Amino acid sequence: MILQVEQVSKRFGGLQALQDVSFTLPEGQILGLIGPNGAGKTTMFNVISGVYPPESGRVIFRGEDITARPPYEIARRGIARTHQVVRPLNELTVRQNVMVGACFGRERLSYTAAARIADEVLGRVGLAERADQLAGSLNVAQKKRLELARALASRPYLLLLDEVLAGLNPAEVASMLDLLRQIRDEGVTILMIEHVMQAVMNVSDYVIVLDYGKKIAEGTPREVANDPRVIEAYLGDPKLAAGLLEGREEG
Amino acid sequence: MKPWRQPGFWLPLLLVLVGGGVALVLRKDTLREMMFTLLMYVALASSLNILMGYTGYVNFGHIVFFGLGGYTGFYLISQHGWHLIPAALAGGLASALLAALLGLAVLRLRGAYFALATIGINEAARAFVNNFGPFGGPTGLFVNFAVYREYGGAPQALWLTYTLMVLTTLIVVGLSYWIKNSRFGLGLLAIREDEDAAMVMGVRAPTAKTLAYVVSAFFPGIIGTLFFFKNGNVEPGDAFRLQMSIEVLVMIMLGGNGTILGPVLGAAAYERLRGYLLTSPLFKSLHLAFAGLALLLIVLFIPAGLIGWLRRRFPFLRRWLE
Repeated sequence: MILQVEQVSKRFGGLQALQDVSFTLPEGQILGLIGPNGAGKTTMFNVISGVYPPESGRVIFRGEDITARPPYEIARRGIARTHQVVRPLNELTVRQNVMVGACFGRERLSYTAAARIADEVLGRVGLAERADQLAGSLNVAQKKRLELARALASRPYLLLLDEVLAGLNPAEVASMLDLLRQIRDEGVTILMIEHVMQAVMNVSDYVIVLDYGKKIAEGTPREVANDPRVIEAYLGDPKLAAGLLEGREEG
Repeated sequence: MKPWRQPGFWLPLLLVLVGGGVALVLRKDTLREMMFTLLMYVALASSLNILMGYTGYVNFGHIVFFGLGGYTGFYLISQHGWHLIPAALAGGLASALLAALLGLAVLRLRGAYFALATIGINEAARAFVNNFGPFGGPTGLFVNFAVYREYGGAPQALWLTYTLMVLTTLIVVGLSYWIKNSRFGLGLLAIREDEDAAMVMGVRAPTAKTLAYVVSAFFPGIIGTLFFFKNGNVEPGDAFRLQMSIEVLVMIMLGGNGTILGPVLGAAAYERLRGYLLTSPLFKSLHLAFAGLALLLIVLFIPAGLIGWLRRRFPFLRRWLE
């Protein structure tokens, strides 16, 4: 198990964002984290990456308790993430953005080595020709890819992806999914939040469903899509569940 | 990357070296005095730029380090008979130490709160020195003329001070380039752009910020010692002038916040212009109004400063104008 989340709870004032959520993530898999808006998915990411400490519960990464450690220590242990609302370092170039990931991530590369890795990773996500542009000048789809490049350049063991597919057209989604499978096949474990249901069902080895801060289901994509609690959480529409499965078979 | 092949590295250094060197070659006292003040502002602006330009923390209290470091160095020279060079280094270290302690407290604040705290620090330092016996309280300290004997006379002492000023400026500007193109500097720039995102990417922000503050504070301590030694006396009113902090800030904004050449050109331009304003009968009491107006216009119309604007407008110049 690369990541164990044990009984994590987080509250914001009167809102119980997460309540006793537990799950484990085996190494080398893609795990999908789904649920309606406000289910606590991004909060889960923030707890894992050290942005917020949880009120109770533990997060164990590669055998070490990392609960409530500062984010930079967690990053150095090999967890990288992307943000749902992109956060490019606007006044730096695209290459510099990626170099930050490489310099301060797990491998803590030197400046020159980071520049080399940055160019390699930018080629991979298709931003090579934009390396010298300011990050602020990219469009949203490119900024999403930049977020991914930054995370990849840190050579993480675990990659947390917060809606990297949102706003991409179908062709872009397909190429992104290919890239994610490649990354998994290189041994990186991926935990992804996604709203593009067919895509997440298609690419995930295992899926966890949150609703109102609680885990309501987990299993393979097929099991989850047939789970009555999941169907109810998604507006109680059995057709939607059927649609999800069809999507998987088409893909 | 080999810095000496980058025009962005040697162009600012060359400007400082040529500008500072002319007085050394010609041996003219008036030119030396003019260039001393000019280089002093170049070095102050470049050192503040490491914190403000790279890390994004606006500091209205940069002159605290000039004042307190200067007081420390001057005290060691006038009361304990230290030589100028170790005294200046001690002044720098005293400022750096103060920054390390202050950093732990005030660098937790962000944006306007940090800026306000730095104003408070300036006023607190002035009040402290005003009431601190060993530093002479409100009257300050003087050097005995006998001190100059060690240097072979007062003129030689002044030339040595000037040479050290040129050297310090070269080091600050060179270091600015080195930091900007280093891993440490990249971390600072990331903090400036988005501190929380930088931390998620692994930048140890509290340590990096404090280190930037310490490096930025070290040089004003040296510069302060050189300046007060040259003047022969130090008093609280000269050491902790808030307006000087603001003027240094205007210089950076004028030349280009976060660039290497910007603070050099901005300081030189502002200092020359101020020299003109102060001597012209029409403007002599209005030069601060001019500083305020300049700041307003820059922030409104060219927030990136001269160098930032040129870099954006003419991308082919970027190699030259770092």
